[in-house]
Order: sequence, then C-alpha cells, then structure tokens
Amino acid sequence: MTATLETRPEESAAGSSPAERSQNRRSGRNTNGRPGWIAYAILSVVILGSVFPLYWSFLIGSGDASTITRADLPWWPGGNFLANAATVIGNETVNFWRALGNSILVSTVVAAAVVLFSTLSGFAFAKLRFRGRNGLLIFVIATMAVPTQLGVVPLFIAMSQLQLAGSVWAVILPALASAFGVFWMTQYLSGALPYELIEAARVDGASMIRTFWHIALPAARPAAAMLGLFIFIQTWTNFFWPFIVLDPQSPTLPVALSLLQSNFFVDYSVVMAGVMLSTIPLLILFAVAGRHLVSGIMQGAVKG
Amino acid sequence: MTATVAAADARSIRRIAFSQRVSHWDFKLSPYLYISPFFIIFGVVGLFPLLYTAWVSVHEWHLIGGQGDFVGLDNFAFVLGQSQFWIALRNTFSIFLFSAVPQVVVALVIAAVLDQNLRGKTFWRMGVLLPYIVAPVAVVLIFSNMFGDQYGLVNNALGSIGIDPIGWHSDVIPSHLAIATMVNFRWTGYTALILLAGMQAIPRDYYEAATIDGAGKVRQFFSITVPQLRPTLIFVIVTSTIGGLQIFDEPRLYDQFGQGGADNQWMTITIYLYNLGWGQLDFGRAAAVAWLLFLIIVLIGLINLAITRRIAGSGDAAKVSRRARKEVTK
Repeated sequence: MTATLETRPEESAAGSSPAERSQNRRSGRNTNGRPGWIAYAILSVVILGSVFPLYWSFLIGSGDASTITRADLPWWPGGNFLANAATVIGNETVNFWRALGNSILVSTVVAAAVVLFSTLSGFAFAKLRFRGRNGLLIFVIATMAVPTQLGVVPLFIAMSQLQLAGSVWAVILPALASAFGVFWMTQYLSGALPYELIEAARVDGASMIRTFWHIALPAARPAAAMLGLFIFIQTWTNFFWPFIVLDPQSPTLPVALSLLQSNFFVDYSVVMAGVMLSTIPLLILFAVAGRHLVSGIMQGAVKG
Repeated sequence: MTATVAAADARSIRRIAFSQRVSHWDFKLSPYLYISPFFIIFGVVGLFPLLYTAWVSVHEWHLIGGQGDFVGLDNFAFVLGQSQFWIALRNTFSIFLFSAVPQVVVALVIAAVLDQNLRGKTFWRMGVLLPYIVAPVAVVLIFSNMFGDQYGLVNNALGSIGIDPIGWHSDVIPSHLAIATMVNFRWTGYTALILLAGMQAIPRDYYEAATIDGAGKVRQFFSITVPQLRPTLIFVIVTSTIGGLQIFDEPRLYDQFGQGGADNQWMTITIYLYNLGWGQLDFGRAAAVAWLLFLIIVLIGLINLAITRRIAGSGDAAKVSRRARKEVTK
C-alpha cells in the first residue's frame, strides 16, 4: 500500500522504476556495486524450489501409474505424457474441453469487465469532482478488507433462485465487483492523466463519456493491462465458489482437476498430467507477460 | 420573412440552452454513473450476501426446504457446542501461523537479496514469482503426493538420510506443516516482491549514513530496513490474515475425501462451513459458522490495528527518521 502511494505512476509509464533510480544513486556511492555470488546462490535455490514441484509433477505425469510408488524416481521424463493427457481429456467425469472453454470464457469476461468498470470508476474518483467523492473512495478501500467470500450461503441461495446455479454466470457475476481494481485505477489515473487534457476536451465540447473514451482510456492502458492480467490469473485459479456453484458436468479447470482426484481409483500419473494441462495456459501467459506481472505487483503491492 | 428569422433564432437559442443544460447534467451526473457499476455489483453480490448471512444464521434453513422457523441463537449455540468447530479453529490458526511467519521471514530475505544491484534482475524476479500462477488446486495435488505417507518423495528423501517416515497425512502437526508449505510455495515470492517494492522506497541516504557510522550490512538490515518497512509489513500481515483464515482449497484436496482427514486433523473452518452447508444441507448452521469466522477476522484485524498503533506510538525512531528525511529534501 505504501509502495502504491510512493511510486508515482507516470514514472512507470516512462519506463523508469524506483529500482533504477535507486541503482543510479547506489552506483554513485559504489561504482562496482554488484553483489557477490552468494546472492545468486540464494536466488538459485529459491528458483529451484519454485520450479522443482512443477518438474516433479511433469515427471510423474509422463510416467505410468507405478511411477509414483518408485523409490528411485527417474530424473528424466518418461514417454507417457501425451497418453496420460489423452486419458484426462477422454475422461467422462471430467469433461476437459468444457472445463477449458468455461475457464477461458469466465476469466476473459471477468477480466474485461473489471477493467472497464474499474477504469470508469477510477476516472471519476481521480479526475472528476462530485459530492461525496472522498467518502465513497474510503468506502471502496475499506471493502478491500471485507472477506466477502463468507457471504457464500446467501449468494448460493440467490443464485439458485435466479436459476443461475450451475451456469458460468453464477461465477462471473460475483467476480465483477473488484474494490482493488477501482483503487488501482484511481491511483494510476490521478498521476497519469493531466487535468489540462480533460479540460481541453471539455472546452472542445466533448461529452463526458467521449472524454473518458478518447482521453482517459488511452492514458490508462498500461495499468489496465496489468489489472486485466491480475484478474485473469485470479479468476483462472479460483476454486471455492466455482466448486460450490458449478455443475460437475460443466466445471472450470480447477473444479475439473479436483474431480480427477476424487475418482474411485486414482492414477496419479493421470492426475499430474491434468495438473500440467491446466497450468500450461498460464505458463504461456507468464512467459509472455510475466515481467508486467512483476512490475504490477511491485507498483500495486497487493495481495489477492 | 422577419417572423421566420426570429423563429429560427429563438429555436437556435433554445437549442443552445438545451445543449448547455444537457452538458450541465452530463457534468453533474456522469461521475455517479461511472462509479455506479462497482457499487451496484458490490452491493448485490458482496455486501448484501454478507449481511444476509446474519439473517440466515438465526433461522432454520435447509438447502432444499429453504427458510424455516426463527430459532434465535440456536445455530450459534449448536456450532459452539461442537468439538469439531473448535478443532477447525485450532487447525485454521495453526496452519495460518505455520504459513504466515516463515513466509514473511523468508520473503524478507529474498527481498533483501533482490534489492541488491543484480545482473538480470527481471529474470530473478520472474523466477521468484513463478509459483503464483499455479492454481492452488494444482499446487495441492502436487504437494499432497510429495507428502505422501507411504511413497511420498519427502519421506523417501528423509529415509535416505536415516529419518523415519513422517505421517504427513495421519498426524496433526505434520499435516499442518505440509499444507502451510503449499501456501508458502505459492505466496512467498509474491510477498517478497511486495516487500522489495517497500524496500526500494527507503531513501538510500540512510544506508550511506549508516555505512559512514560503521554499521555492517546485517545491522543496517535490522536497524534501517525492517523498521522502515513497517507499513508494508503490516499490509502484508493484514491481507494474509484475511486470506489465510479462510483457507479451503489446500485442505479440501489434501486427500481424496475432502473432509479434512479421518480425525479432522486438517479440517479448517471453511471446510467445516462447507460440510455443514453442502454436506448436511443445513444452511442456518453454515451461515452461523460464516458469521463467526467473519467476527474472528474482524477481531484479529482490530488487534492488528491496536498493536500497530502502539508500536507506531512508541516508535521514536520512525519520527526521527521522518524528520531526517525532511532535512534531506530541504
């Protein structure tokens, strides 16, 4: 939170992070201020710890049912991954393609809608004057600390009465209210969008919504992309509520994964192949946009 | 002729007045319109269900039958009288402590290392963050196997150095440790990046002054970095409390039955809530548990706040440093 307050967004837009500033300062003090090998050693151990469980699950997922019981685990993947993946996909209780489609649909719709609503609210809170603005903004920030997940019982009752239980809309609707998103876009736009631009647009006779669309939205793009990434990952990995409200016939990927394990006979090479299948899309996303995720976390200093 | 001109003028004047009025309302109402989606959706799917939980909790209420008689605090009395509730409470706090404390300590170390002038810093930061993109469900499926009681990787490794196998699933504390390991696997890198952001906001002059005064790196870490990070640390602790006390995914899938162990070894409050609501179909009691957990989280939040205030009140060092910062900016 402090980080948010102290990191001004326009700097990040210009591409110079506080890290770089501090480095300049540090290099002024000490011209060869590179840390010793021990720093790299510590980080290598940490990264090994991050990667190893994934690699291990790939090892198991590329073996057969007996691989997991072997004390002398092979350190090289076996050749069964595609066969195991085919078993996951062909498994009738799991409905893999449906789950993948639902996950993509839910995560995309939620991310897009949260970005749109948050940018609208952020624009209003950051740049427009209206009665009750401060009070409402404080309310938004306070709601970030409210564990709304604990409202599951009435939410389930409501979704059942609306005939939405079992449909992806029951997962999408509650995810659309993101206090964090509003706060994040407010923070960003209050630094990144000069009042002069808005006033110029108003003088030229642009309506408020045109001002938003042509001035605020383009200015918000970097922060909007990060927010979208976050919400996408959050929605993709979410389990509790989809597990409660979705029909096992039409799950999201995490719910489908949980069904793999609850089969009567559990073949862990198949379960691990399923774990890999559900993780690969996000691994690809991470490879493409991971650096933005890093800078997003450091600017927002948030925790889902 | 003159009449038509006058009429046209009047019309255009009216049109200007009209467009001005539109513009006025556009100016006045637009902000409310723009913030309304959040407030409406949050009210309907966030705030209302949370408050309505209190209403459900004082009624007999079944998944199929719906609302029944008003029963006052009976549901609360029932839940509080169950030993399962207290076991769940114990497990939740135990898992939370095993995950929060080591996580913050390790994340501090990682952040301190990342805060140095590293080569390829983006690579290291991304590497540290990698586990965050793995869904908790996937994490627990991986780790529950690694922590298998019989053939698990961890027990095999322990066996090879002569340690007896540990009952990661059968015993209480080991199961909490295993579940906390999953939480830490996913969140430590994330927390480290937050702390790193906090560290980089600390003015470097402090370190220069300390170096001149002869303070070593370790001393600087404890006397400058940690005190200056306090707001960030509080933020991390508060958010991980809110999330950690609601833990569900990991304990639910730690074995294939999902009940939190044969003797409730790792049954958490949210699992208990789920079992009451969707196992026994008793929404009244489930709502009572939800409301109790909500109160616990609020209570812990207030305690956090009180401790923070107290530390901040006695934190003369912080005041001095703030003054120092002002001096520097002058």
